[in-house]
Amino acid sequence: MEYILIIISAILVNNIVLTQFLGICPFLGVSNKIATSLGMGAAVLFVMTLATIMTWLVQHYILMPLNIGYLQTIAFILVIAALVQMVEIVLKKVSPALYASLGVFLPLITTNCAVLGVAILVIQKDQSLLEGVIFAMSNALGFTLALVTFAGLREQLDLMEVPKGMRGIPIALVTAGILAMAFMGFAGIV
Amino acid sequence: MTALQNFTKGFIRENPVFSLLLGMCPTLGVTTSAINGLGMGLATAFVLVMSNLSISLVKNAIPDKVRIPAFVVIIASFVTVVELVMQGFVPALYEQLGLFIPLIVVNCIVLGRAEAFASKNTVLPSIIDGLSMGLGFAFALTLLGSVREFLGSGAIFNIKIIQTDMMLLFVLAPGAFFVLAYLIALMKKLNKKTK
Repeated sequence: MEYILIIISAILVNNIVLTQFLGICPFLGVSNKIATSLGMGAAVLFVMTLATIMTWLVQHYILMPLNIGYLQTIAFILVIAALVQMVEIVLKKVSPALYASLGVFLPLITTNCAVLGVAILVIQKDQSLLEGVIFAMSNALGFTLALVTFAGLREQLDLMEVPKGMRGIPIALVTAGILAMAFMGFAGIV
Repeated sequence: MTALQNFTKGFIRENPVFSLLLGMCPTLGVTTSAINGLGMGLATAFVLVMSNLSISLVKNAIPDKVRIPAFVVIIASFVTVVELVMQGFVPALYEQLGLFIPLIVVNCIVLGRAEAFASKNTVLPSIIDGLSMGLGFAFALTLLGSVREFLGSGAIFNIKIIQTDMMLLFVLAPGAFFVLAYLIALMKKLNKKTK
């Protein structure tokens, strides 16, 4: 039951993009087409889960025993950057097909604040490793949901007559605002 | 580019938020009030100036291949400094900004300026560039925070201006998107005029 609460809360109620404002850059940057946003979502799911496991282990087996918790920011960003690089190399060797579809998104993920944000949140909430993994995966799914929905809206938006001053980013932001309002409707179900 | 031009570019012409669209997460996330926006802006500005300064000093010693990880470590060190200082001296603001302080590390403006400017220029222009971009970012966040606080609660910097009930929506998540959308549209218009 606890785990189901974590999942619903992370995907719908506290959606990482639309209520927590993490990962806005890819949300605005790669949301022109549904297909690319699905690719980005898959890459984030992969990296976010791995990164949460790695940073949880680093926090509990290196930083905490040595009492150097203040190095958390530096340690985590290094772990994530190294991890992304490694995933890229391994994927290239092991599964060229997967690499072809996810590859372009991987470098972008190092600077995706959602990944570092979720890693830090897991530590702040004092979650166990299993809870952390579930939390990270649900957040990644929430990210994908927001991204794909938004991409769908933007595909439609391209066909519309938009006032000149609002074209491009401004109208996309207004759309995101309305989407955020829709997600506010989930508040209170958990 | 003269030093003065270098300094003023960050405010309107190349404003990191309004025209470069960098650092969107803190821009939307912390600007529920003017004071939060200003605090976050100044914290980022400090990191920007210090990282630009150090990177322009050590740029020749860093091999090209590992420059990005090296930059990230430098930036992360200054972010840790800011984190500890804010925790010690302004704990209330630290609580409010929360997660977004460690996330300055992944703010694209900081790494962006390090890569695009500090790694190619000498110390003084790099400091000015950091100041310009940092203060431009602080300006944008304070403006966004003020508008949201005013529309949401009728106050700016906690000073009540209108007594009646306002639209709470603007302090909540959707308001951030709406206000930023119109500010960007407005800045585009201003930019066109000055050209």
